[in-house]
Amino acid sequence: MTFWNDPLKVAAEWLTGVFTGWGMNAVPAHVLVAFLGVLMLITILMVIDIFLVWIERKVVARFQDRIGPNRLGPFGLIQPFADIIKLMIKEDTTPAGADKFVYNIAPMLSMMSVLILWAVVPLAPVMLGVDLNAGILFIIAAGSIGTLSIIMAGWSSNNKFSVIGAFRQVAVMVSFEVPMLAVMLIPTIFSGSMGMNAIIQAQDIWFILLSPLAALIFLIAAIAELGRAPFDLAEGESELVSGYNIEYSGMKFGMFYAGELLHAFTFGGFWAIMFFGGYRFFGLEKVSPFLAIAIVLFKAMLGYWVIMWVKYTVLRIRIDQMLAFNWKFLTPVAFVLVMVTALMNALLRGADGWLYITGMILSNVIVAWVSLEVVRSAAKAERGRVEGVQVVEAAHH
Amino acid sequence: MTAEQIIFLIVGAVTLLAGLMVVTVRNLVHAALWLVATLFGVAIVYALLNAGFIAVVQVVVYIGAIAILFIFAVMLTRRQAADTGPALNKNWWGGALMSVLTFAGLAYLLQGWSGFSKQAAAIPSGFDAVSQLGNVLTSPQGYVLPFEVASVLLLAALVGAVYLAFNKK
Repeated sequence: MTFWNDPLKVAAEWLTGVFTGWGMNAVPAHVLVAFLGVLMLITILMVIDIFLVWIERKVVARFQDRIGPNRLGPFGLIQPFADIIKLMIKEDTTPAGADKFVYNIAPMLSMMSVLILWAVVPLAPVMLGVDLNAGILFIIAAGSIGTLSIIMAGWSSNNKFSVIGAFRQVAVMVSFEVPMLAVMLIPTIFSGSMGMNAIIQAQDIWFILLSPLAALIFLIAAIAELGRAPFDLAEGESELVSGYNIEYSGMKFGMFYAGELLHAFTFGGFWAIMFFGGYRFFGLEKVSPFLAIAIVLFKAMLGYWVIMWVKYTVLRIRIDQMLAFNWKFLTPVAFVLVMVTALMNALLRGADGWLYITGMILSNVIVAWVSLEVVRSAAKAERGRVEGVQVVEAAHH
Repeated sequence: MTAEQIIFLIVGAVTLLAGLMVVTVRNLVHAALWLVATLFGVAIVYALLNAGFIAVVQVVVYIGAIAILFIFAVMLTRRQAADTGPALNKNWWGGALMSVLTFAGLAYLLQGWSGFSKQAAAIPSGFDAVSQLGNVLTSPQGYVLPFEVASVLLLAALVGAVYLAFNKK
């Protein structure tokens, strides 16, 4: 076991040796080493987060045919640091009548709900916080803490705009949790486990090839969960100014903003883990854990890029459209897909690889086609109802 | 005392305190947030019992859905979040008696149980609690009937709620 094969374990053993050498007991030394490991992970994530600000601004600029930050440092790379200094030295305001304790704890909870997600992210075969056997549910549980932080922020600000923004955001998050959880069961069906590492290990064939529809639904639900366009109706600048975080200033606002960016990156990572093989890439992950980390971060960046691509090209939708889209279309499709996939998996269990893949893809295509046909006929009926039956009749004769 | 016991005592004390705050604070939104803290404490107790799946489900269902629903209901139905008037009504002694009797009964039952003072056996390596739970819930020798009955009950509740909310034209 050398450093290059399992760096975390070697480093942890070395550190434990150092601490016990100083006369520390074994148990506190282990706790201290685990704590240092968590601290290191969070620090790396926060540093990545700083550069996510730059990436986001640069990418949106490209989508909008601009250049983006380009004054400070090479390619404007120092811009995010200037932003952070600005956020730090801004006045920290608290609105009159605000519920101080809840108001101050909400940004922390928001950031925490994102950071805690990384406890279950496998960065390499041997590098992961905890291989929880309910890893998929853990994502939803962390998301519910995020939901809580948003409603706390909106309510404690003592501002009508922020409460309405929080209501809208929570409505989006609570409703899109349902299809998200449903489609996350599909990698579970394929791999036979809810643990992240087992899902990656089972992906000899990337699950997007087995179930492209599930990957698409997961992406849509993830974007909604993040509150990004086209589901950013909580922000709605023209009607709500800025949504639930309207009263926050300085670094407290920065916490929400940085949390949102890191959340988007994290969900890019989960998309990669569940449908694109995570750290696996044609056996490269076996060469070195460092290569595996590079692969998973690269894939997470690609997922993040897709999320940004959607954000900066699709228009915002109304709340009734959002709710109807979720409850009348996405949720039923997700549940039907789970049932069909489970059935096909049971039927094709013994079949060889190609038959299995073909059957899965075919069932996906059929589910997608049938659901689109149902929506088309429903839309036709709705149009007829709205425009008046006689117009449709006249057009026919 | 082991580290686990110390953690359990701290978590238990915080959970009880939060539970007390739920019924004593005047601000209803604060009460809902204290309830979240209580439920979170219960989730940690599940985690300490090596029931990670149940702990996560506790957070998803109780904090993610039920507590959020409570907060929504308070915000949508109340003009003022703070309550006025006496905190106790005249039946307080009945409630107190019932809770003391329940606690005493549970304590008496657990005293008589042989496993009460024993250390929990170590979980064998490779034991997958989630798949065990899944097998037990769906096998005819296990709990498939109560599981199905509970599902039908929930479905009935769902259909009833949709029917009540349905706007009759």
